[in-house]
Amino acid sequence: MSRSIALIDVNNFYVSCERVFNPKLAGKPVVVLSNNDGCAVARSNEAKLHIPMGAPWFKFQQIANEQQIIALSSNYALYADMSNRVMRILNQFSPDQEVYSIDECFLDLTGFQHLDLLQYGQQIRHRVAQWTGLPVSVGIGASKTLAKLANHCAKKRAEFDGVCDFNQLSPSQLNRLLAELDVGEVWGVGRKLAVKLKTQGIYSVLDLKQANAETLRRQYSVVMEKIVRELNGISCLELEYAITDKKQILSSRSFGIPVTDMNSLAESISLYTSRAAVKLRRQYSVARMLQVYIRCSPYRSGEAFYGNSLMVALPMASDDTRVLVKHALSALKKMYQPGFNYAKAGIMLTELQPKSGQQQDLFAPNQDAKSGQLMTVIDVINNTMGRDTLQLANQGFKRPWKMKQEHKSPSYTTKWGEVLTVS
Amino acid sequence: MTTRSNTHGGRRVGAGRKKGSVIKEPTTVIRIPESQKPVITDFLAAYRRRQSAPLQDQPMEFERPIIAPAKRSWPLFSSKVAAGFPSPADEHVEKRLDPNEFLIDDEEATFFVTIQGYSMIDSGLLPGDKAVVDRSKNASIGDIVLAVVDGEFTIKLLAKNKQGAPRLLPSNQSGEYRPIEIKDGMQFEIWGVVTGSFRRFK
Repeated sequence: MSRSIALIDVNNFYVSCERVFNPKLAGKPVVVLSNNDGCAVARSNEAKLHIPMGAPWFKFQQIANEQQIIALSSNYALYADMSNRVMRILNQFSPDQEVYSIDECFLDLTGFQHLDLLQYGQQIRHRVAQWTGLPVSVGIGASKTLAKLANHCAKKRAEFDGVCDFNQLSPSQLNRLLAELDVGEVWGVGRKLAVKLKTQGIYSVLDLKQANAETLRRQYSVVMEKIVRELNGISCLELEYAITDKKQILSSRSFGIPVTDMNSLAESISLYTSRAAVKLRRQYSVARMLQVYIRCSPYRSGEAFYGNSLMVALPMASDDTRVLVKHALSALKKMYQPGFNYAKAGIMLTELQPKSGQQQDLFAPNQDAKSGQLMTVIDVINNTMGRDTLQLANQGFKRPWKMKQEHKSPSYTTKWGEVLTVS
Repeated sequence: MTTRSNTHGGRRVGAGRKKGSVIKEPTTVIRIPESQKPVITDFLAAYRRRQSAPLQDQPMEFERPIIAPAKRSWPLFSSKVAAGFPSPADEHVEKRLDPNEFLIDDEEATFFVTIQGYSMIDSGLLPGDKAVVDRSKNASIGDIVLAVVDGEFTIKLLAKNKQGAPRLLPSNQSGEYRPIEIKDGMQFEIWGVVTGSFRRFK
């Protein structure tokens, strides 16, 4: 019996969040701009025709004017809150959840196979739409890789009505579908890899599925072999395990002994955050959001289970261990419940951007130069003298900066003074 | 001069503090309640052990708690100290009242908005009040709803006209506010149901 793993994501997440609180944006072309209004990071379907992803905004302003495209500054506080809502709602549909990014998560629905999963998927869509106003797509497959592709089909092909379950297609139907998908759509196959595969005659997802896994492993890596097996319905990637995706940095660990108290959890979270921050700086990136999660072991019977994760929007993109730790710890405090045996904790840095491309605001101190120097010194010392030689002691830190965000919507859900005003 | 015999006065054999007495300092006699005798005896035994410990002039090294991997249970009292009654209130400890709990049913589906204007004052919604909007509830006729009409938000009472088309009624006796009739071609959506409100005076 093959598994049923679902990938659920919010369609055009940032734009959809904006539309919930501003119904006038419905049906209109909308883009959301990155930090300091640098480039387009999210587009409504209507805007996708005109604006490429990541387009530097100043180059497209004229087209935007001609097409009457509405540009908004990113409102990360809103997106983080809406993300947390969506993830909690989705968690009601299966206890086995991996929050994979701000707008997508995996759910293991194998235990729900006695239900009609297409219908279950529609229930998921309906509940998220009613409770949050956000549209989601549901893709189901025997492996994570297939779930991702099913989600792609659910979104792009109207006939699926937002829910696509590969397990309910006949093998020939599925293969016909996979033959129409470009190999670059496969999770973990990047653009470069897709070019390489095509020189070998592997153009479609079906070509890759039918390729010899052993041969590809020798040519590429174990990851490629796993991808091929996953395409053939053999689940190789468990929930919580991700392929090398540099769009986010994870640092987590299962505890040898269950941890119950806040202080120990705080220590581990600080440690994982500083390790993730090192990785972040090593690839010259800054993170705009971070997610902290804690959970008990789901495998210990008879013990109370608690697990939670929280997405936090940083006031600005940062690679400063001190800033990241501070926000990670305050997220932990919000989630921590005493009286549980915690088995695992972790942190994910996400919404990464290249540090060099970070827009500086002329009138506000961005991440100051000293912070960069300090972090370099810490990294050098820790590299030569061993990891964690230098650690943070204080986190007292406040910066009253303000980004340039000319078109930012109000913080509808996180500031009393900015909630909708209705007559 | 007579030589006095040693039979009277002076030193008596066996008198005085015994050699090797356990207490190596002057002592005194006090009366204690009989019931407390074991407590005092135990205390003195402990005191003697401490006195006889070597390296007395060294600074005292306190025993450090070991961060034990496994939980160890330490006896709270070893003996002779009667534990008190368990507090009769222990079984009645409850969570302190939480206004969130009172106002919110489904946290994930709940949003707040600020009331503007006087159209709903007869339903108790004053300007500046925060209204609680729950999207998980299905709206019924008679509910206060946050609706979207042609792209604009409004809070009104949900009603129906004779033809069954939705109407949005104000809640203000002055007659200053007109009902909103939803006609074909108008964009209409119920965003959520208003389930409560709150305000501060100070």
